[in-house]
Amino acid sequence: MIQSVYAPAKAARPGLGSRFVRAVRKYKYLYLMLILPIAYYLIFCYWPMYGLQIAFKKYNIRLGVEGSPWIGLYHFKDYFTDAYFWKVVRNTLLINVYTLIFAFPAPILLALLLNELRNEYYKKIVQSISYVPHFLSTVVICGMIVNFLSNSGPINDLIERFGGERVQFLMIPGYFRTIYVATGIWQNVGWSSIIYFAAIANTDPQLYEAAIIDGAGRFKQAVHVTIPSIIPTITIMLIMQVGSMLSLGYEKIILLYNGSTYETADVISSYVYRKGILGADYSYSSAVGMFSSVLGLIFIYGANWFSRTVSENSLW
Amino acid sequence: MSVAFVQKKHRNRIKRTFGSHLFDVINVTFLFLFLLITLYPFWYVVIVSLSDGKAVLSSLVKFWPVNLTLDTYKVVLRDSNILSGFKNSIKYTVFGTLVNLTMSTLCAYPLSRPVLPGKRAVMRIIVFTMFFSGGMIPSYLVINQLGMIDTIWAMIIPGAISTYNMIVMRTFFMGIPESLHESAALDGANDLQVLVRIVLPLSKSILATMLLFYAVGHWNAYVNALLYLNRKPMFPLQSILRNMVVDGQFTEAQTQVGSVSSFTVIETTMKYATIVVSTLPILLIYPFVQKYFVKGVMIGSIKG
Repeated sequence: MIQSVYAPAKAARPGLGSRFVRAVRKYKYLYLMLILPIAYYLIFCYWPMYGLQIAFKKYNIRLGVEGSPWIGLYHFKDYFTDAYFWKVVRNTLLINVYTLIFAFPAPILLALLLNELRNEYYKKIVQSISYVPHFLSTVVICGMIVNFLSNSGPINDLIERFGGERVQFLMIPGYFRTIYVATGIWQNVGWSSIIYFAAIANTDPQLYEAAIIDGAGRFKQAVHVTIPSIIPTITIMLIMQVGSMLSLGYEKIILLYNGSTYETADVISSYVYRKGILGADYSYSSAVGMFSSVLGLIFIYGANWFSRTVSENSLW
Repeated sequence: MSVAFVQKKHRNRIKRTFGSHLFDVINVTFLFLFLLITLYPFWYVVIVSLSDGKAVLSSLVKFWPVNLTLDTYKVVLRDSNILSGFKNSIKYTVFGTLVNLTMSTLCAYPLSRPVLPGKRAVMRIIVFTMFFSGGMIPSYLVINQLGMIDTIWAMIIPGAISTYNMIVMRTFFMGIPESLHESAALDGANDLQVLVRIVLPLSKSILATMLLFYAVGHWNAYVNALLYLNRKPMFPLQSILRNMVVDGQFTEAQTQVGSVSSFTVIETTMKYATIVVSTLPILLIYPFVQKYFVKGVMIGSIKG
């Protein structure tokens, strides 16, 4: 390596080795800075990926990840033939579909309505307050949900006042998805609207002038100028949403569900948590988790490819 | 804002129709209702925590505190679990955020330099982790193998870099004019000196934004504690809160205090007071830092 540095450069481009040595010398501080971050990614992101092999093994704590015997697709077969498999996949998909239908358009609508406000003060106040719930922790949100919906909570007080019967909302499987998605909208609609609002603010004012000259009223301006200008942003957000169709965090689920609502509430990740961390069935739950992350990868590539093909908007 | 201004000027010039007026009235009313729906749950939590337990039990508390009292807070702030949770959360937040900022800067700055060979490959390796991960169980096994279970390390090292935040930072660094780097290099500064003396002082706003994102993240986090901590004295506030507020588990000491006080402190008021205590730090800083948060999202959205 050292020799090649001193050797007269005959070729137009020096060899890979010597280019590497020169780069390292020239940018040694930059490379030094990268050592810790790269180590972090290798240890905490790539090592677990390597550890995914236990999904194909009969994991034994004493033998460790590498020493445990291979068992092939046993855990996957076990999972796919289990009736529970369909239940958790269906629940994950359904919650995501409801999120797509109800929670996805909400911030777009909010941004459009905010854009139509004439009073700048009022606009600012609405915006600032709408962001606040985003900064509450999942535990606080779920604590509020559990207590508001409890048998003696304010919602049931209200129902009783109007002559209804008290309802055990969190015990009835039929309510779970509605509660999950509705509270999600409450928490995130304001925050998610920022990105659309920014896109609207970047719209070329000349487009509005032209629309006005053409006789467009406010509604037509919104439909023909504002909305088209935020379509790229919407597309990107849609790709992300569709790409995460099979992944749904378990943070909120495990705080809200209970034995009587598993029917509709148990999703892939909460199942992995229960089986793996609580039940210590590492191999099986790794297989379940791997199934959803591999499909998730396919989904996001697929959504990105589709969008790039039909609309020129894509993540990469 | 200038866009809105231009729009308004134009709109005022043409005569506004009745429909346009009607829409404004409906829009303003609708957004006012939206504000109420956003705020009322908080308000309700606050007034219950300040009310007499008996009034809460008979559902008298609706819009204002009934028989205003701070007794519940006295009980909550004397509770040893909540106090230890509070201390732990502060510890995890301070150290965790320091590690986050250092690591994210060390990662984002070299990758923001257009000249660095191998930058693309490193970037690919990093971005891939946004879309694929080993998952919960293999990560748990790694943390376990490293001996981090039931230590503070499990709360600050995994997740030391949020890839999304790192990319936002990198985007910001890339916006710093190349001429500044060049002139510093001519003056004989190496890359480390350029980072510390030129880039970081110019990046105060993004550092503040990242500090807030990371700090709020640590304060609100409960999943790492759930997975990696088993010993109660190590629990952050969110774990304590979960046991009390979501699962409704109260210790003997907590359930007994109620009868001593002249006002009735009941489980419900205690739960709500605990929610307030754990959320207050965030709500207190929120008005001052709101614009930084928004800026962070904007930078992120340019090159998402």
